[in-house]
Amino acid sequence: MITYIIRRCLLTIPVLVGISMVSFGIVQLAPGEPTALFIDPEISAEDREAYLEHYGLNDPIPVQYVKWMGQILQGNLGYSLINQGMTVQEMILARLPNTLLLMIVSAIIAFAIAIPIGVYSATKPYTLKDYTFTTFSFLGVATPNFWIGLLAVTFLSVQFGWFPTGGVATLNEPFSIFDRLHHLILPAVVLGTSDMASLTRYSRTSMLDVLDQDYIRTARAKGFKQGKVVYKHGLRNGLIPVITMTGLMLPNFIGGSVIIEKVFNWPGIGLLFIDATFQRDYPLIMGLVMVSALLVVVGNLLADILYAIFDPRIEY
Amino acid sequence: MSDLLTIENLKTYFFKKKKVIPAVDGVDLKIKKGETIALVGESGCGKSLTSLSIMRLVPKPGGEIVEGKVNLDGVDLTKLTENEMCKVRGRDVSMIFQEPMTSLNPVLTIGEQLIEVIINHQKVSRPKAREKSIELLKIVGFSRAEEIMKDFPHRLSGGMRQRVMIAIALSCNPKLLIADEPTTALDVTIQAQILELMKGLTKEFDTSILLITHDLGVVSELAERVVVMYGGQVVEEAPIDSILNNPYHPYTDGLIQSVPSLTGEIKELHTIKGNVPSPDQFPKGCRFAPRCHKAFDRCFNEHPDLKAISDSCSVRCFLYEDKQEEEEYNV
Ligand SMILES: Nc1ncnc2c1ncn2[C@@H]1O[C@H](COP(=O)(O)OP(=O)(O)OP(=O)(O)O)[C@@H](O)[C@H]1O
Ligand code: SF4
Ligand SMILES: [Mg+2]
Repeated sequence: MITYIIRRCLLTIPVLVGISMVSFGIVQLAPGEPTALFIDPEISAEDREAYLEHYGLNDPIPVQYVKWMGQILQGNLGYSLINQGMTVQEMILARLPNTLLLMIVSAIIAFAIAIPIGVYSATKPYTLKDYTFTTFSFLGVATPNFWIGLLAVTFLSVQFGWFPTGGVATLNEPFSIFDRLHHLILPAVVLGTSDMASLTRYSRTSMLDVLDQDYIRTARAKGFKQGKVVYKHGLRNGLIPVITMTGLMLPNFIGGSVIIEKVFNWPGIGLLFIDATFQRDYPLIMGLVMVSALLVVVGNLLADILYAIFDPRIEY
Repeated sequence: MSDLLTIENLKTYFFKKKKVIPAVDGVDLKIKKGETIALVGESGCGKSLTSLSIMRLVPKPGGEIVEGKVNLDGVDLTKLTENEMCKVRGRDVSMIFQEPMTSLNPVLTIGEQLIEVIINHQKVSRPKAREKSIELLKIVGFSRAEEIMKDFPHRLSGGMRQRVMIAIALSCNPKLLIADEPTTALDVTIQAQILELMKGLTKEFDTSILLITHDLGVVSELAERVVVMYGGQVVEEAPIDSILNNPYHPYTDGLIQSVPSLTGEIKELHTIKGNVPSPDQFPKGCRFAPRCHKAFDRCFNEHPDLKAISDSCSVRCFLYEDKQEEEEYNV
């Protein structure tokens, strides 16, 4: 098991290197020069040349990449071009906890709602309730999260005033858990809706399949009641494919948080990403891409490890 | 010997989209204490469904016991609530299935799958249940029982898994063990070992067996009496010797003829023409009539009943009904 985990971790290194190359390359291809934003257009050509030379912007691209990677490996993601004097890692670290909080709470809500519904639907397939849940989950999958978010803000926040319209906390108020949760609940639920819907579908299908297996019949023949049959013998088997799906859903989640953070004005890395993109803050963009990639890779790693723990048939 | 299980007029139907499928259609069956009965018949004749009906595990949705009694030691199982039935399953009646490869839960250890059933039915602590499980594994032939306890099913061969299933089935000393084609999925040498094991164990535990199979070789090995099913009904019931040497029902005859080793002589292998009719399109008269080489007019219009023709034999066929009536007349 330990060796499996180590091997699996080592396998993520080439993935990360690949991602770094791609993100570096894409930024190189993007139109608009990095100097355009912060160099005084009035300065002389020599001064500008000196400037480019100083920041290494005249080096061949592979050299720039290697320098950049070298710095990253030392934990230095560079300086923001816009917020002079701020390092990229400072800016990301200031925002990352907000995003992680949002994503984790959102995932917990999605799982806590989707899996029981999926399991319930599977134990009573083709009933009215099952069809109702099915309809809602298709709606959930088909509706873009940002649209649900806009609706939620329009009605629940603005019209009815039940929830704040955005932000992480009420300004100029002392810290209170309740206030934080009040701000968190809407974006977290909205961010999770489409994944909640697809998780419901996955867990239903998977459980339906499992409940038809011979070992479930064995469990019933042993004299266990429905609950024990479904939860002890069914659920663990039914969750195995769901875990794999979770790993695959993660990029979706990170992408979704960019938009949801914008809708709810949630100061996380998603919002930072949007700002950085519009301001062509290249070091910041690259840093954010690397951090997001890292999140995805770590998430998949966790899913794989969980998978191996849940399914004893996996040979390491 | 008193009767342990008495099934009377059991009917288990499937209700699918306005279609009624009478898969088990009036089965009568008796098993005495300590006795081994074989239930034989072609694929689809309702053997498994009869056994699942005893356990009240008929596939849902759609399947339902619509009529009949299943008396186990004086208790009608069809009348029990689901909770009461849970106490019977695995304790009074337990079951071994055809597919050892898929009948064990892949994510639980062998030990857990044994311990859980012991704890479920007996008031014992976990360590006690563990001890008992190891003991059971040794009884069914595992010398390294402690290690097997920690193994997951995918590490074991089919024969080993079937041994585990037997250990699970016998863990609470059931009164009745239902074995639904327990050796069909195993290769021949392993089959013999498993049969040997079952034979010995049921003596030791004094358990009755309902053995479902279409292998008459297995039947002659284990069973004392044979019940032959056709089209959801019992067509003949007789002691094993009578079935093998003097089958009454034309279908039983065909079944015996189609097994080469039993008749001893090497002759052309006999097969019964045609296929089992599917339960939703049984013919009006005798269900075997379209395939029966002895069929006569009456067979196509009337449905024969299961009638006793001697102390130990019953048969569902018009050929014998007249004989019996004559005898009655003569007396
Ligand atoms: N889930 C189901 N839905 C509808 N019909 C079913 C279902 N299960 C069984 N049947 C019907 O019941 C009949 C009897 O099935 P059963 O499994 O008892 O046969 P069997 O005698 O055990 O055959 P085999 O030797 O192949 O195991 C089948 O012909 C089938 O038409
Ligand atoms: S009743 Fe007639 S058709 Fe049916 S088995 Fe007897 S002889 Fe054959
Ligand atoms: Mg069967």
